[in-house]
Amino acid sequence: MSAASTAEAPAYVANTKVGRITDFVDERVGGSGILREFGRKVFPDHWSFMFGEVALYSFVILLMSGTFLTFFFDPSMAETHYNGSYTPLKNVEMSVAFSSSLDISFDVRGGLFMRQVHHWAALLFVASLGVHMLRVFFTGAFRKPREMNWVVGGVLLILAMAEGFTGYSLPDDLLSGNGLRIIDGVIKSIPVIGTYISFFLFGGEFPGTLIISRLYTLHILLVPALILLMIVLHLFMVVVHKHTQYPGPGRNDGNVVGYPLGPVYAAKAGGFFFIVFGVIALMAGFFTINPIWNYGPYDPSPVSAGTQPDWYIGFVDGALRLMPGVIGDFHFEYVIFGHVLTLNVLLPALVPAGIIFTVLFMYPWIERWITKDNREHHVLDRPRNAPTRTAIGVAGFTWYCVMWAAAGSDLIATHFHVALNDVTYWLRALFFLGPIIAFVVTKRVALALQRKDREIALHGRETGRIVRLPHGEFIEVHAPLDEYKRYKLVGFESPVPLPAVPNEHGVVTRKENRRAKLSQWFFEDRVAPATPAELEAGHGHHEAVEAGEAQKTLSH
Amino acid sequence: MGNHSDGSPNHSGTVATAGQNEVEKFQDPGIPPHRLRLADTDPKAAKRAERQVAILFGSSVVGTVIFLVAYFAIDLGDDSTIATIRLQNALLGVGTAFAMLGIGTGIVHWAKALMPDHEVSEERHPIRTEDDRQAAVRIVDDIVEETGIKRRPLIRNTLLGAVALAPLPALAVFGDLGPRPDNKLAHTMWAPQEGKLKRLTRDPDGTPIKASDVTIGSAFHVIPEGLNDLHEGKLNEKAKAVVLLMRLDPSSLNPSAGRENWGYNGIVAYSKICTHVGCPVALYEQQTHHLLCPCHQSTFDLTQECKVIFGPASRPLPQLPIAVDDEGYLVATSDFNEPVGPSYWERDEHERSINS
Repeated sequence: MSAASTAEAPAYVANTKVGRITDFVDERVGGSGILREFGRKVFPDHWSFMFGEVALYSFVILLMSGTFLTFFFDPSMAETHYNGSYTPLKNVEMSVAFSSSLDISFDVRGGLFMRQVHHWAALLFVASLGVHMLRVFFTGAFRKPREMNWVVGGVLLILAMAEGFTGYSLPDDLLSGNGLRIIDGVIKSIPVIGTYISFFLFGGEFPGTLIISRLYTLHILLVPALILLMIVLHLFMVVVHKHTQYPGPGRNDGNVVGYPLGPVYAAKAGGFFFIVFGVIALMAGFFTINPIWNYGPYDPSPVSAGTQPDWYIGFVDGALRLMPGVIGDFHFEYVIFGHVLTLNVLLPALVPAGIIFTVLFMYPWIERWITKDNREHHVLDRPRNAPTRTAIGVAGFTWYCVMWAAAGSDLIATHFHVALNDVTYWLRALFFLGPIIAFVVTKRVALALQRKDREIALHGRETGRIVRLPHGEFIEVHAPLDEYKRYKLVGFESPVPLPAVPNEHGVVTRKENRRAKLSQWFFEDRVAPATPAELEAGHGHHEAVEAGEAQKTLSH
Repeated sequence: MGNHSDGSPNHSGTVATAGQNEVEKFQDPGIPPHRLRLADTDPKAAKRAERQVAILFGSSVVGTVIFLVAYFAIDLGDDSTIATIRLQNALLGVGTAFAMLGIGTGIVHWAKALMPDHEVSEERHPIRTEDDRQAAVRIVDDIVEETGIKRRPLIRNTLLGAVALAPLPALAVFGDLGPRPDNKLAHTMWAPQEGKLKRLTRDPDGTPIKASDVTIGSAFHVIPEGLNDLHEGKLNEKAKAVVLLMRLDPSSLNPSAGRENWGYNGIVAYSKICTHVGCPVALYEQQTHHLLCPCHQSTFDLTQECKVIFGPASRPLPQLPIAVDDEGYLVATSDFNEPVGPSYWERDEHERSINS
């Protein structure tokens, strides 16, 4: 058989038919090497690692359901009279885009289901991206070497919002049309070029006849291609870095502990795709989303009460609502050198989102500068063990949530029977106070949890067993932890503030001084992990020891 | 406790951490001993798990069948009702959910109950080795040397210039995305045409409104006469021209100087397009004489010429001057005296040119 072969070793011949086909492919693409590298690659396991998977799987579902929808959707703004089976809109004048969206809903079998799968999956996609990023932030997974992957994630979040908004506008219904109207108003507030951008985007005056087809091209071609590119980059870097792992016995920055890809991890992750799909299908089957037939076609005159964008645009809309246009006699819109500067639109539309994304993108470098920490980190922080970072994250999240809640200020007012104006005044106050309160409370809670960890590590866990001592005293028996459980509670770093260091000329620069102050702010409140000496000395009876405080030992 | 770095080469003093001194720290006890699951020790439990997985896969088959039956057996003919569509949608959802969840939960259960659950440890390797870095630097140096780009600045500079300019056509080619704005935003359909004043008509049917139809407390959504006859740009015109018409007790209106004749017997007309970001100001609170925008809750007071009293808008709603023609119908005596809708950079310029 292989007599003609010039190779010295006898060529491998597969026994079965499948084997021969596999061998044929393998000889031409070198699959064996890939399988050898990845077939048993180790992945750490934790429920919080699934958010990223949810995002990935929802995107796959979006691609599939979206492709189906393109077969029936017509992104034309030409006028037509509806002639489908939804009788309340019979003969109503509308765009072809809206009419074809109605046809998908009412005249294509499974079309409504696909529309709802697509919309629910989109909401879930952005939500899981957001939660995944929160997980990465709070566990410190963005630290070296993963800073760039954090940035890629941030870009993905922005692209996901853009993808969501362009898709949301496509049916050309009343609700999304008013959304576009708002976008147009925001664009027009941009100094110098705003009016031109608006005319270029809409192909003339709002709403024109081009915007839907232009958004369609962005929605089904450009933005998804960019998202796909970013996902490939993201996963490529995950493979290069290997996954992070939570702290625990046997886990350190030099190893990765978990299940091999084949079979366990692949089965769990692969099975999870079907679970995500199943859950989205259930939502699509039972919960109506975006009932465009209730809204009707876009018309610049009507608007329904309680209008709201999809959730991920909510924080920008909420910021627009919170901004007062006039304070006393001061108008936030004014004329300078004959031109209109409309700060009551420009500021809320750009500044909060700008701050959130700037801080988000820069945070890994900010923390690295403050801590001077240039080591690679593969073991995650438990959020409580990085109290200041956790507090910063919760403060930012609170700020976002205040704006997000403001997007529903009218619904809050009607549902809870309170005055709309009061809701706005309260949220305006919370816009400034909320993050501060959140920061202080979170930091205290994190420190308290650390102290509790110390106490458990040193005293053991409560057993609930009350014992009466010979002299009449009642005590609760504490059971000591085994060394694995204890290591979970004590195996972390608790950095101290880094004082300012002179540079090579012996000068402490102003920047270095600022860094030292920030380092002080970051680490001054700290709880050190329990040590074996403490456990030894107190026989498990120790008070939490704060940095700088004298060690207090109770004698029993 | 060691509150400062011990300065050993391993921790080069970049970060000082408490308890980093190896003596004071709890030692890592290593990966905890593996605990066997029930299915690992009891063949009955393993068999039971196997059956459960098979049942889950079986439920997936049932789900697929439900989907196919719902798709083919439920007819969405012309006379089908909303309830039929709702039923089909729910069954398609249930079918897909069973089909997918059956497979998903089956595989996960299989993995968790029956596949080996030994955690294994793998070494991490440096992302970049010093060896690779040096090799890469040498390669780059060689490549740069072979191109000779350092020795031939003429080539380098002309290339930089060419590359810098080359994208310009790619930008210029988008110049036809839209027309120049010019002063299109400054005018609406309300301007009298050939001396004929435009009547106020009802939105959406376009029937003219008699002053006597407008009773005190009533409100009308108004479009200009002739809007419905437009074939092109109808929505564009409508997006600027829609108006709210209300009648109040004339004594509660407080027209400023020059605006006394803009209303008729307490009937006033204001642009319906919010001066914030352009939503329709669709809510009229008859008792308080407030107009409210449902999008961002800007509130305008009719008795103060629609001045902003709450919310993010900064400018009053523009007023449309109206009168009554000889047949008793309401007409606009002129276009708005300022651009309507959200503010834009050239707005003030346009307003001055309208009033000059």
